[in-house]
Amino acid sequence: MGAVLAVVLAASLAGCSSTGGKRAEERAAEAAEGRAAVNTPRWTFAMVTHSGDGDTFWDIVQKGAEQAAVKDNINFLYSHNDEANQQAQLVQTAIDKKVDGLIVSLAKPDAMKAVVAKAVKAGIPVITVNSGSAESKEFGALTHIGQDESIAGEAVGDELNSRGRKKALCVLHEQGNVGHEQRCAGAKKTFDGTLQNLYVDGTNMPDVTASIEAKLQSDKSIDAVVTLGAPFADAAVQAKKTAGSKAEIDTFDLNAKVATGLQTDKLGFAVDQQPYLQGYEAVDLLWLYRYNRNVLGGGLPVLTGPQIITKDDADALADFTKRGTR
Amino acid sequence: MSGSTAAPDQLDERLVRTSPLRKLLGRPELGSVVGAAAVFLFFAIVADSFLQASSFGTVLYAASVLGIMAAPVALLMIGGEFDLSAGVMVTSSALISSMFSYQMTANVWVGVFVSLLVTLAIGAFNGFMLTRTKLPSFIITLGTFLMLTGLNLGFTKLISGTVSTKAIGDMEGFESARVLFASTLTLGGVEFKVTILWWAALVGIATWILLRTRFGNWIFAVGGEADAARAVGVPVIRTKIGLYLGVAFAAWISGQHLLFSYDVVQSGEGVGNELTYIIAAVIGGCLITGGYGSAIGSAVGAFIFGMTSKGIVYAEWNPDWFKFFLGAMLLLATLLNAWVRKRAEATT
Repeated sequence: MGAVLAVVLAASLAGCSSTGGKRAEERAAEAAEGRAAVNTPRWTFAMVTHSGDGDTFWDIVQKGAEQAAVKDNINFLYSHNDEANQQAQLVQTAIDKKVDGLIVSLAKPDAMKAVVAKAVKAGIPVITVNSGSAESKEFGALTHIGQDESIAGEAVGDELNSRGRKKALCVLHEQGNVGHEQRCAGAKKTFDGTLQNLYVDGTNMPDVTASIEAKLQSDKSIDAVVTLGAPFADAAVQAKKTAGSKAEIDTFDLNAKVATGLQTDKLGFAVDQQPYLQGYEAVDLLWLYRYNRNVLGGGLPVLTGPQIITKDDADALADFTKRGTR
Repeated sequence: MSGSTAAPDQLDERLVRTSPLRKLLGRPELGSVVGAAAVFLFFAIVADSFLQASSFGTVLYAASVLGIMAAPVALLMIGGEFDLSAGVMVTSSALISSMFSYQMTANVWVGVFVSLLVTLAIGAFNGFMLTRTKLPSFIITLGTFLMLTGLNLGFTKLISGTVSTKAIGDMEGFESARVLFASTLTLGGVEFKVTILWWAALVGIATWILLRTRFGNWIFAVGGEADAARAVGVPVIRTKIGLYLGVAFAAWISGQHLLFSYDVVQSGEGVGNELTYIIAAVIGGCLITGGYGSAIGSAVGAFIFGMTSKGIVYAEWNPDWFKFFLGAMLLLATLLNAWVRKRAEATT
């Protein structure tokens, strides 16, 4: 046992990497954390999202929220479940805990309606994030922070037009997510060519790759693939390679891999909705409401996207994606 | 309680009086009750808001949604079979009543009734295929599981045009059906969902069937040793189909609850829940190999599951670790069960 440990230690010392790895990450995450910048009481805010386990996008949202929580002296609680019924139960637990503020995503609005109304009735200020711009006001939320999915989709359609694409594929990785449907519908609306939807199982990456591959093989005329999440862009790139297709891969959302993909021309463009902002602003706006009864947006959703990112912007963003805030 | 078909000439063994303590140790759910008490104490200490009455209502609700399915699944497992289609069958059942009512512009109750028939038919299909082909239930119900998943999405998109159904909240009969399946009762200022009553009723009926009826004896017999059971005259095929019908019936109740809670159903949901039902039954003392277990145990298992899933939130833990905690608990509960049973058997 001791010998094994010694060997492992020796190997890691002898085989130092001067690039990448944990050390590079630590260097990138320069002290953004710190002390509270305000002296308001320590309020507790809960965020309940429809994220699945281990989702990159929501990790960034969480980072933004945590950052704001540190600044605003907030006890920040995060929970998530991708089943509507379970997500509603999590909101209920937040109400039971008598939190001082609630942040909810409304990917499946009908399921959340009753429980959000309950929170509002219990006097908890609610801010909705990400999906649900249409329902937010009706449910009694202060404001909505996110991207209008239809507008984002339309932006994709326009961008595809300007790139001269004729036949595109929209890859949906979460069945039942209304926001995803709106993205593809929006793209279809403004896109001059034809756009098809392809449903894949987002929790099973090999399956995603295989599905896209099969589609590209069966239809060689597809010249653009739009994925709805950053991790799936990589799957599409692999599928394109094995299928021998010439299609351009574009994606919603950003991560480190997408940034490098844009830099190396593996990807055409990315549509970012700035998840960091959604978490950060949600916490900060709740703080503003508790502190000063301020409400942003004037009854309209506060938009964090779409922001079209191409090769030109990718260089500047690469570092931020590596530390996990873009 | 013994599921054996042992030689009938040892009359003295069956007539001998066992002490209450030994009787208690021999119960399949004992290990899980100890586990439930431990989990309860644990969260009562680490989570401030866990002991609030309103939190208790939430925990019971979470447990009941799972427990409604876990009870018939436990019976099925005692009968020696699995049902992997149980999770999506709940969604199917909700989709059927919702879409039938909407498309036919019928009274919602008509859809609910049609859904009951179709769901029972799916259960019967599972049981029939299993007993006809003699293939493992794992394979048969895996097939049904995948087919239902596809049908759920396919039909919903075909009929509604989107991945969720159209709202039926303004249709006739909705309110009365909601009272039955998804209402909230206020008791002493605390809100309790009606599913808790359904849960209690189902566990009660399942326990009665298991311990007081001939059908209950048959369940233990077919789960213990199907061929021997057939040899002594137990109708194996009828018993197994009956068990699958039980699961389908519970899926119907759960499905209607899903529909009448939100008035819209997402077609892609339910996948993965079938394992949760099995976990609850196993935590509650059911053997994977069949022939042993109890319905009350499944309720305790569901309660442990409900306490853990919500307790982690009340305790303000990072939910990233939830699955790990769940897995560790399952392992511990099963080990505790095995240990208690061994001790109980050693002392007889």
